[in-house]
Amino acid sequence: MDRNIVLAGVGGQGILTMARAILRVALENGLHVKQAEVHGMSQRGGAVFSHLRISDREIFSELIPAGNANLILAVEPLEALRYAGMLCTGGIIVTNSRPIVNIEDYPAIEGLLDELTQLPDVVAFDMDRLARVAGSTLASNLVALGAASSAIGFKWADMVDAVGGLFPTKGERVRETNLRALRFGRKAAEIYANAIRIGKTPVEARAEIDGLSEADLELAEGAVPT
Amino acid sequence: MKPSTTLGLGDEAIAWGAMDAGISGAFSYPGTPATEILEAVQSEAPHLWSSWSANEKVAYEEALGMSYAGCRALVAMKHVGLNVAADPFINSAITGVNAGLVLAVADDPGMNSSQNEQDSRFYADFAKVPCFEPSDAQEAYDMTRAAFDLSERFRLPVMVRITTRTAHGRSKVKREKIRIPNHWTHGHPDPMDWTLVPTNARRRYEHLLSIQEPIRNALEDGRWNPMRLAGPRGILCSGAGWNDVRECLGAEPRDSILRIGAYPLPLKKLNQFFNHCREVLIVEDGYPLIESKLRGLKGPPGVVVRGKTDGGLPPLGALTPELVDAFLTGRELPPPAIGRLVVPRPPQLCKGCPHSDSFGALRDAVAEYPDALLFGDIGCYTLGAMPPFKAVHTCVDMGASIGMAHGAVRAGAHPVICTIGDSTFAHSGMPALLGAVRSDARMTVAILDNATTAMTGAQDSFATGETLLEIVRGLGVKDLCVIEPLRKNHSANVEAVKSAIEHPGLSVIVARRECIHYRRAGCELPLRQEGE
Repeated sequence: MDRNIVLAGVGGQGILTMARAILRVALENGLHVKQAEVHGMSQRGGAVFSHLRISDREIFSELIPAGNANLILAVEPLEALRYAGMLCTGGIIVTNSRPIVNIEDYPAIEGLLDELTQLPDVVAFDMDRLARVAGSTLASNLVALGAASSAIGFKWADMVDAVGGLFPTKGERVRETNLRALRFGRKAAEIYANAIRIGKTPVEARAEIDGLSEADLELAEGAVPT
Repeated sequence: MKPSTTLGLGDEAIAWGAMDAGISGAFSYPGTPATEILEAVQSEAPHLWSSWSANEKVAYEEALGMSYAGCRALVAMKHVGLNVAADPFINSAITGVNAGLVLAVADDPGMNSSQNEQDSRFYADFAKVPCFEPSDAQEAYDMTRAAFDLSERFRLPVMVRITTRTAHGRSKVKREKIRIPNHWTHGHPDPMDWTLVPTNARRRYEHLLSIQEPIRNALEDGRWNPMRLAGPRGILCSGAGWNDVRECLGAEPRDSILRIGAYPLPLKKLNQFFNHCREVLIVEDGYPLIESKLRGLKGPPGVVVRGKTDGGLPPLGALTPELVDAFLTGRELPPPAIGRLVVPRPPQLCKGCPHSDSFGALRDAVAEYPDALLFGDIGCYTLGAMPPFKAVHTCVDMGASIGMAHGAVRAGAHPVICTIGDSTFAHSGMPALLGAVRSDARMTVAILDNATTAMTGAQDSFATGETLLEIVRGLGVKDLCVIEPLRKNHSANVEAVKSAIEHPGLSVIVARRECIHYRRAGCELPLRQEGE
């Protein structure tokens, strides 16, 4: 089991929270882990990233060598594209499609999403909306985590435990919101992947996700994702 | 606390190593990538002294005082912070220490958040004290513990030096049994050792020179510089470079390997290594310090040496696995496959930041003065250099703004304005302001008081609010004005700046509004998840 994950977003979007949840599951499964993260100046709305390496064998570099990332997990589309060169053949990008436009020369979003979705194996949809439906705009990162959960490959129950335990002091409502965000992300990613598989364009697949109601996004009663 | 394994940053591991070695206190000033060291002590061991110091020099002196008084101390800072602490650091090697004293320094190759990428191993060599260089969090823990023992064995401060990727890299750390904070019983230190008038200083320096060989021998035979002689090509690496070497060549490379984890350099091992190998590739995470020593003027005879000074590795920037791979294997570097639409996204002031309003007022006030000089300083407000403000023309080092402004005034410049934060002002602005007061220099000092040390994660600031005003008045400033940086006050604030510019002597404006991330006790602003 070898996962080299690049987490990407803008300072303040909570990528280190995603890392914490993934790391917790990895540790509980007795796996080796190494992580590199960026602090300091990037707190101020700049590009942030983290390298997360998980393996059943000893890990050497904490930095993922270019061309070795299996997954880019991003909360912002420009940031997803920034690290696209890190991907290995067969690697996947899972990203929010909603831009954070805090620089003057931010590219036109449609062109950006086109460039992104031309790469093989990209899952990109509006995660901010799903986070809102789940109960909080702050939870886009957990929607992204849910969307990437099958690519990451841990047991679903372990992911739920880890996300449920992220913010013990913030109360039950926050916990429920976060778990809903996780579930919605997972479900939406499945629906998106199916849409692409049957021949829809990325624009159409995104629109399909945008049309999903809360009921559509919830997992069927008693269903455990495979 | 019983032995346990947990995930930790390199910074945290250093803190844990120090706590488990039995420190009574930790001292530091915030600075990326070292900030998390003191924060780890604060969070896990609140019974130990671990408050922030006003600056790195004071932090070092406080640690030295604790050591003098018989208790172990850790002092931590970033690489440029050691420039500030250099005076007590270098002289503490002459006095020696009493209880164990470890200096943890986090360097920043690649300058993620710094003005330069200076290599602190130079300082250890310069001061003639031992230095450890871990490659990951586990080594950072082990070496910090060992550093206290070494410090007490040779009665010298000992450095532990890491870089950003280790400081902010997270991996498993197995902790050992904690040692109780010391009841150190070496008695009262001898004043003849600690009072550095020339006769004492000469004798102490002679002593320092005389223990260099014993220190080198103690480290030579220890576990920190492992060597494995195998193939005729040798790889000599220090710090995190070891991780990239193994990433490229696997756990057991065919090449001969010499890892440097402790300085002074192991001369016997180096001689063996160079006698065995026909070619030696040097991988250092920082300046080519080892490489330069080994090359000297002519290089070791009969061995080809490759590294940062001959183009094998780039002479600047941080090590990456791709660079090391290209260096060791000759494989081409992968081209940076960046999408053509990708643009940089540098950090910027948060929405609602008081500095935006301060710089907006400053920019508009100097609009009619094309010759205005705007000296800046280090903090979130350095971002005032960016559009739409461009109201910071310089940023050199902590507290430089006020002194540079004064110097420019003496060159005849006008108007001269400098901006400095409250924490930076406490750090090193006060002596400079005292000088400007004394000669009533015709300049304007804008102190941007957001009540915290924001860029590094909202640590305590010593000179804020009413305290700041008392300090400024106490330094002798007569022309002092307080403004609140808010959109609705824009016109009034512009007038205040213009008025200060017109004042024929020194003016101080305090622009006061709390950072939007300011954490009051018991109240965490829910703006973002996690301190990122």
